[in-house]
Amino acid sequence: MSLRLDELSVDIGGRRIVDAIDLAVGDQEFAGLVGPNGSGKSTILKAIYRVHRPSAGRVLLDGTDLLSLSHRDTARRIAVVTQESASEFDFTVREMVMIGRTPHKRSFERDADADHDIVDHAMERVGCGRLASRRFNTLSGGEKQLVLVARALAQQADHLILDEPTNHLDIRHQVEILEIVSGLGVTVLAALHDLSLAALFCQAIHVLRAGRLVAAGPPAAVLTPETILQAYGAEVLVIDHPDTGTPHLIPRRIQPGTGGHSAGGTAPAESARPGRSS
Amino acid sequence: MREDDTRPGSAQPDTRPGGSPSVPAAAAPEQTAAHRHTVGESRAPQSGPAARRRDRIPLPVVLTACLLFLLVTMTAGVAIGSVPLSPAQVWHVVAASVAGHAPNSVAGIIVWQIRLPRVLLAAVVGAALTTAGSVVQVLVRNALADPFLLGVSSGASVGATAVLLLGAFASLGQWAISVGSVLGALGAMAAVFLVSRTGSSLSPTQLILCGVVMSALFESVTSFLIFRGNPQATQTVLFWLLGSFGLASWNQLPIPAAALAAAMIYLMAQGRTLNALAMGSEPAASLGVDVHRLRRNLFVVTSLMAGVAVAVSGIIGFVGLVVPHIVRLMVGSDHRRVLPTGALFGASFMVLGDLLARTIVAPQEMPIGVITAFIGAPTLIVLIRRRPYLYGATQ
Repeated sequence: MSLRLDELSVDIGGRRIVDAIDLAVGDQEFAGLVGPNGSGKSTILKAIYRVHRPSAGRVLLDGTDLLSLSHRDTARRIAVVTQESASEFDFTVREMVMIGRTPHKRSFERDADADHDIVDHAMERVGCGRLASRRFNTLSGGEKQLVLVARALAQQADHLILDEPTNHLDIRHQVEILEIVSGLGVTVLAALHDLSLAALFCQAIHVLRAGRLVAAGPPAAVLTPETILQAYGAEVLVIDHPDTGTPHLIPRRIQPGTGGHSAGGTAPAESARPGRSS
Repeated sequence: MREDDTRPGSAQPDTRPGGSPSVPAAAAPEQTAAHRHTVGESRAPQSGPAARRRDRIPLPVVLTACLLFLLVTMTAGVAIGSVPLSPAQVWHVVAASVAGHAPNSVAGIIVWQIRLPRVLLAAVVGAALTTAGSVVQVLVRNALADPFLLGVSSGASVGATAVLLLGAFASLGQWAISVGSVLGALGAMAAVFLVSRTGSSLSPTQLILCGVVMSALFESVTSFLIFRGNPQATQTVLFWLLGSFGLASWNQLPIPAAALAAAMIYLMAQGRTLNALAMGSEPAASLGVDVHRLRRNLFVVTSLMAGVAVAVSGIIGFVGLVVPHIVRLMVGSDHRRVLPTGALFGASFMVLGDLLARTIVAPQEMPIGVITAFIGAPTLIVLIRRRPYLYGATQ
């Protein structure tokens, strides 16, 4: 139930996109992968779910090299949620979730009652049971994403890879999706864009820049103005979340004279927000 | 924009507008503890096996209906013609001939020697083109794809035209055109495959583009051959290009039928993986599908099916594009349902098209491509307008 990247490098079209990444996600840990656009987050995840082949290094699943497993066996251990729309094809929500059973079934094998139970349960778990008979294409973005999480649950893998699963979603669905995922008791590696949201859910955060890891550790240790400046080239204020004490990032304007000083200073945490801080 | 499937028989239409299946089965069987994502707060699942399959018409019902429809169209296809026969006569001849003593009557000869092989060939080709079309649409993830998208038909045209105009393979007699078109189709297939391959993968966009470009190239070769040929032979070529079952005979049947059967077995075995591939390459990979290998196999299987169909009947357009859509609108997109339904329905569609082609302007024969387009185009337009969300419209 653990995932480890061992000196993982990935080349695409002759260019090194991911460069010697060492990263470990422990049993049932929720780990976040953050970094600017093009820093290699998706490429790393795709090497884990076997779209890209590592150019060097290995992906280890409980110590076993992923490439020694069949595609089917990999999919039984690792489920993936990305953004997608099957717009050309007409699947109901139930059929969509049933597709998650693919790696568990052989050719010509029918959907057994057990599969239907698993599918029902997965839909109930994410709260989309009432949508079961709806056409997937008619759902809203948030509902679609919930269904894709249900499909990953139906896959019954003990590792979950999320590639920016909350993009384009409203704030309720963003929190809802991550809340469901973090309550599953599986090992999670999630590429996330919203750093404050990542801090709220992740136990560890790995920061990428240009295909290399620049920082890793608990959110409070990693999400500092210095690291963000180094990785993203952006100036931010960091305050404590009043409920959880996790770091919350506030962007600053680039133009001078619009507030904010030069980079570097940690923002005053206490005065930033009133309320029930812990 | 929601529509409830009409369901026959037992299923009650208790789907509310929200789509939530009501009526929880009294003591709903609790979930098996087979899996680890246990939940506290979830509501009791309202699903017995019946509730689960309520969304769609059960497959056996669909297949039985399609099979009956096919038998009706085939009977009509054999019975109707310049010498009309009754369905009873038709089945009498068929039963007797199958039993081994074909009646020597006029009806016997018309049914067994002339009309039945033609109807069977139309059915096989219809099934093959529909199946190939359904799969190509998944392969390139594009609703506009048809089995001829990947260059098969234009390659076959080059081969057939070369036979008709230049006398290639003349020693093969009646098989010359078939051989020529199969070789042309295989050549085109190999060319598209090699051109669109990057490393070991076939990407949908590259496949489409290379297919379209190579088709254009082969079509210009055909045009050149026609331009250089004599006018009478050109007439023959044009008729062949429009497609016809006019030359059907028993000995044309075994190869397409065997190809169809083998392809169907392979594709049905891939039913789930086809569904996964319909999600896109990367989701399919994450579901444990070896996408590169699957795409390669699907490319070969569909091209061969289309090539064999073209060899015996010329280029019959629209069936491989329209019928898969009609079928998906009837049974959804689960390929375990689409493939068998499509094969039966595509067969009926083609038999019906051929029947119209040879009766509508009798004693002349209309090219069947004209008929399939005239039936197919309006049908598809009506269906598209009934479910716009499937075709990219916003709600």
